[in-house]
Amino acid sequence: MSQALTIARHRLPHSAAPAWESFGDALRAEWTKMRTMPGTAWILAGICALTVAVSAGTDAATKCTIGGACAADTTRLTLTGIEVGQALVAVLAVLAITGEYSTGMIRTTFAAMPRRSVVLAAKASVLTCLVLPAAVVAVAGSLAAGWLILPGNGFTAVRGFALVSLAHGPTVRAAVGSVLYLALIGLLSLAIATMVRDSAVATGSVLGLLYVAPIASLLLAGQPVWQRRVQRYAPVNSGLTIEDTTGLRHLPIGPWGGLGVLAIWAAASLLTAALALRLRDA
Amino acid sequence: MTAGTIAPYRSPEKPAKDRFSQLMHAEWTKFRTVRGWLIAMFLAVVLIDMVGLLVVRPNVQCGGACLPNVPTGPGGEAVNDSFYFVRQPLAGNGSITVRVTSLTGQTSQTGGNFGPGQQQGGLTPGLVPWAKAGIIIAASTRQGSPYAAMMVTGSHGVRMQYDFTQDIAGLPGAVSAASPRWLRLVRSGDTITGYDSADGTRWATVGSASLAGLPGTVQWGMLATSPLTFKSNFATYAESGGSVSPTLATGVLDHVSLRGGQPGGQWTGVEVGAGGAGYSGHAVGFRQAHGQFTITGSGDIGPVIGGGSNTEYDTSTVALHLLGVLLGLVVMVVIAAMFITLEYRRGLIRTTLAASPRRGRLLAAKALVIGLVTFVFGTAAVAVAVIVGIWVSRDGGQYVLPLSPLTGLRVIAGTGAMLALASVLALSIGAVVRRSVAAVAAVVVAILMPYILGVTGVLPASASEWILRVSPAAGFAIEQSAPQYHQVIGQYAPPDYFPLPPFAGLAVLCGYVAVALGLASWLLHRRDA
Repeated sequence: MSQALTIARHRLPHSAAPAWESFGDALRAEWTKMRTMPGTAWILAGICALTVAVSAGTDAATKCTIGGACAADTTRLTLTGIEVGQALVAVLAVLAITGEYSTGMIRTTFAAMPRRSVVLAAKASVLTCLVLPAAVVAVAGSLAAGWLILPGNGFTAVRGFALVSLAHGPTVRAAVGSVLYLALIGLLSLAIATMVRDSAVATGSVLGLLYVAPIASLLLAGQPVWQRRVQRYAPVNSGLTIEDTTGLRHLPIGPWGGLGVLAIWAAASLLTAALALRLRDA
Repeated sequence: MTAGTIAPYRSPEKPAKDRFSQLMHAEWTKFRTVRGWLIAMFLAVVLIDMVGLLVVRPNVQCGGACLPNVPTGPGGEAVNDSFYFVRQPLAGNGSITVRVTSLTGQTSQTGGNFGPGQQQGGLTPGLVPWAKAGIIIAASTRQGSPYAAMMVTGSHGVRMQYDFTQDIAGLPGAVSAASPRWLRLVRSGDTITGYDSADGTRWATVGSASLAGLPGTVQWGMLATSPLTFKSNFATYAESGGSVSPTLATGVLDHVSLRGGQPGGQWTGVEVGAGGAGYSGHAVGFRQAHGQFTITGSGDIGPVIGGGSNTEYDTSTVALHLLGVLLGLVVMVVIAAMFITLEYRRGLIRTTLAASPRRGRLLAAKALVIGLVTFVFGTAAVAVAVIVGIWVSRDGGQYVLPLSPLTGLRVIAGTGAMLALASVLALSIGAVVRRSVAAVAAVVVAILMPYILGVTGVLPASASEWILRVSPAAGFAIEQSAPQYHQVIGQYAPPDYFPLPPFAGLAVLCGYVAVALGLASWLLHRRDA
C-alpha cells in the first residue's frame, strides 16, 4: 500500500522541467536525427551545387549585344539558381518531418518529448541552421559567377549596368535577402509538410505552391486589382522581390516588404502546424 | 513400410496461366481500391478544368459584348488583311507587270495602338522588315478573300505570298532606284504564277499558287502595307510584355503593264480593312503621275499569331485554357510516384514479387495501368477545358485563335498523353529511388520548373528556349495549337508557342520516360526488393 504511493509520487525528472530546458534536449535530439538522416548531406551539397550551376548557366546564356535591349537587372539574373535551389530546400524540410511519419518514428519522438510544439520549434531551428550556411554558399557562388561571367557578355559598367559586386548596395541586400528567402521557404515547407504528413503529398503541395503559384497572377490579368493583391500578398511571388535591384518603383511590393510577407506566411503556417500537431493524434 | 512409394502431394487444380492481363488486373485493383487515389484523380480533373475555365479575362471595357471581328482566311485561320489597294477588275485570264524602284517606311515612336481616325504624332523614318509593296490578284476586296501577291519587302527581298500563310522567297536584296525589282503575276484559271526579274528581260519563276474557287472576275492591282512593329520590354525576357506600334510603308512603282482585262481601265484606291492594325484615313493613299504610282499603306496581309503582338486585338491560343494542366500534373505525378513507393514502404512489394516473379512484366503492368488511368482522366479533363473554354472565351470577349478539329484533337489527346508520360516517369523514378519525396521532387522540378520559368519570364528568352528543348518540359510543346510563321514578327513565347514542334517535344519527353523505365527495370532485376 505505502509502496504503491511512493511509486506514484516518484516522477520523471524531465516532466517538471521548464520548457526552455526541454527545448535544449529537443534541439539535440533533432540535430542528431537530421545529422544521421542519409540524405541530408547530399541535399545540402545539392542546394549549393545546383543553385550555382543554374545561375552560372543562365549568366553564360544571356548576352547583351550592342544596340540590343537587355535585361537590366544583373543581380536578379545571376540569382536565377535560387529558383531551383528552393526545391531542394523544400525537399529537405519535407523529409525532416514526413520521414518520421512514414516510419512511425514520430510516436517515439512524442513519447519522449510530449510537448509537440517544442519538437516542431526544435525541428524548425535545426532546419534553419542547416539551410542558412548552404544558402550563403549558394548565393555567394551565384554572385561570383555573375561577377566573373556577366561583364564578358556585355553587361559592363560602361554601358550602365550595375556590376554584381559587394560594393553595390542593392546587390548586398538581394544577396542577404535571398539567403533569408531560402530559410523562410524551408520553414514554410516544414509547416506544410507537418500539416500534410504524407511525404509524396507534401512534396507535391510544396513544389506546387513554389512553381504553380507564380502563374496565379497570369490568371488574373483581367482583374488588375486582384492581380496586384496576389502579386503583393501571395507567399512566393512577393518573397522573390528581394532579388530585384532595378525598377523598384514599378514593383507591386517593396523588396523587404515582399520578404516580410513571406515571413508572415511562414510564421502563420508554423503556428497552424503546431496547432494541428497538438489537436491530432500522431 | 513402403515410404518410398508415396507420391508427393500435388494440387488437383491446374496451375493458373501467368497472363499479362491478370497482372494488369491486379495492378488496376491495387489502384482502384485506394480511395484517396481515385479522389485525387478527380481532384486533378477539377483543377485542370477550374483553372482552365476561370482563366478567361473578361473584357471589362465592353462587358464581354465586343468579341473582335477578326477575319479568317481560306484555311480558316485568323488573319490580318489590311492594305492599300490600287485596283481594277480583271475578267478571265491576264498578267500584270510592274517595276518597283523604292520602298520606304515610317514608324510611330509613341507605341500603343491607334484607332481609325486618330492622328498620330512622332513618326520617324524606318522601314520594318516585313513592310510590303508590289502587285496582287485577289478574289475580292473583302477581308480574308483568297489572293496571290508578288512583293518587295523591307529586308527579306522579293516574296511571293498567297492565301495568308504561304511565303516563297524570290530575289534577295533591298530595292532602290539603282537596283529596281520587276514583278509579274500571271493568272490562268485558278492558278496564279509569280515571276521576278532584276532587269525586266530575264525572268525567273518564283512560285505558283492554286487558289481554289477563284471567281471569274477578280481584283488586281498594286498594294502597299506595313505591319505593326512589336517591341518587347526586355529583349531577353519572354512574356515580359511589350508595345506594338503601327507603321507605314510607301512604295514607288512604274512600268505598269496589263495583258488581258479591260483596255484603259481606271485605277481606284481602296483601303482594304480600314483601320485594322495600322493607320488609316489621311495617312494612306496613292498618287499617280506620268505612269508612276506612289502608294502608302499600313497594316498586314498574313496570319494573326497568339498573344496579340501582331494585331490590335487581344488574342490568345487555346493553350490559355490549359494552364490548369500544371496543377493536375502535380497531383497525377504524386499519385504515380506513390503507386510504387508505397509498395516499398509497406512491404507489399515482396508479396507482389512473390505472386509475379517476372519483374520486368510487373513494371510494365504498373506503367501501363498508371499511364492509362492518367491518360483517360487527363484527356477527359483537357477536352472539357478546351471545348468549354473556347465557348467561355467567346462569351467573355476574349478572342481565341480558331483551330481545326484535327489540331484540337491533337492538343486534347496529346496533352492527355503528356500527363500519362509524366506519370510513368514519376513511377519509373519512384521505382529507382524508392522514395516518394525524391521521385515527386525530381519529376516536378524536371517538368514543371522549366515551363514555369519560361512562362513567368524569370529566365532570359535564350536560356528558357534552350531548356524547353532539352528538358522533359519539351513535352508541353504538344499544347501549341497555332503554327509559328517566319514571315510574321511577334512574340512567340510560352504558353502559346514552344521552340520544338509538337510531336518532337512529346518525343523528347518519351525519351526521358524510356530511359527512366529502362533504368527502373534494370535495377528492379538487380536489387533485392
